[in-house]
Amino acid sequence: MPVVLDAKGLHKSFGAVIAASEVNAAIEKDSVVGLIGTNGAGKTTFINMITGYLKPDRGAIEFEGRDITRLPPREITRLGICRSFQIPQLYSSLTVRENMLVGLGVVLRNAGLGGFLSRRPPLVPGHGLPAEEAAARLLERFGLSEYRDRNAQALAGGVRKLLDIALAMVAKPRILLLDEPTSGVSSEEKFAIMEMVLAAVRAEGATVLFVEHDMEVVSRFAQRVLAFYDGRIIADAAPQAALSDPEVKRCVVGRRA
Amino acid sequence: MRQDRTPLVLGATLAALLAAGPLLPQWALFILTLAFARGLVALGLMLLLRAGLVSFGQALYYCLGAYAAGALGRFYGVSDIFVEMLAGGAVAALCALVLGFLLARYRGIFFGLLSLALSMILYGLIVKNEALGSTDGFNIAAASLLGWQPGEASLRYAVMAAAAVVSLAAAWLVHRYLGTPLGRLAPAIKDNEIRVEYMGASARYAVHVKYVIAAALAGVGGALAATTIGHIDPDMAYWTTSGEFIFVAILAGTRNVIAPFAAAAIYGAIYSTAYDLSPNTWQLSLGAALLALIVFLPEGLSSLLVRYARRP
Repeated sequence: MPVVLDAKGLHKSFGAVIAASEVNAAIEKDSVVGLIGTNGAGKTTFINMITGYLKPDRGAIEFEGRDITRLPPREITRLGICRSFQIPQLYSSLTVRENMLVGLGVVLRNAGLGGFLSRRPPLVPGHGLPAEEAAARLLERFGLSEYRDRNAQALAGGVRKLLDIALAMVAKPRILLLDEPTSGVSSEEKFAIMEMVLAAVRAEGATVLFVEHDMEVVSRFAQRVLAFYDGRIIADAAPQAALSDPEVKRCVVGRRA
Repeated sequence: MRQDRTPLVLGATLAALLAAGPLLPQWALFILTLAFARGLVALGLMLLLRAGLVSFGQALYYCLGAYAAGALGRFYGVSDIFVEMLAGGAVAALCALVLGFLLARYRGIFFGLLSLALSMILYGLIVKNEALGSTDGFNIAAASLLGWQPGEASLRYAVMAAAAVVSLAAAWLVHRYLGTPLGRLAPAIKDNEIRVEYMGASARYAVHVKYVIAAALAGVGGALAATTIGHIDPDMAYWTTSGEFIFVAILAGTRNVIAPFAAAAIYGAIYSTAYDLSPNTWQLSLGAALLALIVFLPEGLSSLLVRYARRP
């Protein structure tokens, strides 16, 4: 498969703390990649650099051959790299449906549609539906239909996570980055969330990178694993191989080699 | 899907005002016209409030609009009320377009105080300007409408009618804008600017646009007030004037485009009554009214409209 995202020699430090050191990763199209590592290992820094929240001190990030290293988050999102957050970033005063409509509105606006003079609701690019219907379909896909009129701030943790991911899916991402999609969620819900998310992603055809601490989730859903430790990638292999790597066991999984 | 009744309500309000106008006394027409002027400013403030921004300096654009209208008459002999409102709105929008590059970067108290500072700079500039009448300001000739010069008896009604047409048209345009993707971004910006950026939108651009629209509305309001009162002075840019607009905007709430005009009319009634009963302590009555408003109606008049609409 062709490489869709290429991180080359990324380095990022915060004062004396090195958060990323010579991070290299070529991500193949339509792959599902799990990012593992202890807290502070550099996983979120990696995601933050890809999505433009942090700029690397050195190195470059290419998306489909285009250098995106210095682009702001909104430009990177418009190119098709979208993300969810460890702590869901929602519009808390709005209902679930309104959250989706805001996102779909941005997609319309970025496509030059839905302006002041529009007489009929335009079709949302990528969805082929008016915003209301596209929102309803996405909510159904993520099992959120029953919450559509509920305020986002009144949702339970797992539902908030799903809405956060659904918001990231609004722009029809070509690469979806999920920062701990199952953290703070009961162990029964973890697999259900991942299955639902990956089913939705497969239907759209996107590459997925997800940060995860639960190795069961990683071994079940990832096709490839990047193991981070101390700002470096210490293993880059299929789940079985990566999780049985002695250094990964010692530094990440917490078991004896 | 519920039908949008706002255009109907706006149209009915306009028809009622035009029909009832000739029956109203001159003082009521005057208060009503000023309510439209203040309502326009509050309508703009509502746009900013929806995005979580409070401008303590909207009097800057109100005053600019007034002086633009005044300057048209004083230096070019133009007295057409529509041209004056257009000029007031355009000058204010142009100024906001430039200042917006600075203000759209700030949020919270910094946005509020920066806007206040800019309005006080204008106040200082006008006070020192002899050509613009310094602290005394100057008078404005009676308005004409599209080449027609109304007589003294019909002038107040004609100006009120023009104000109603322009104000309610502005309310409809703002209502349309609120339904666009850019308009819908306001509460999202207030809630979570990070998510707005990660959806692919620029919060700063959205705030800039809202700021310019709010300024244009304030400019039109200022021009309307100037021609209604017949006199302009630097106090139109003073911070207490901005405070009045915030009072009206809070009274109105942020959910309905008609509420700012209703709130401005109520403000005018409270102010006039308080001033009539006690010219030296009218602020006391106004302050008490604001206190009562915050305690009993924290989301403004527009929340009442929504509450009644939801009743079974």
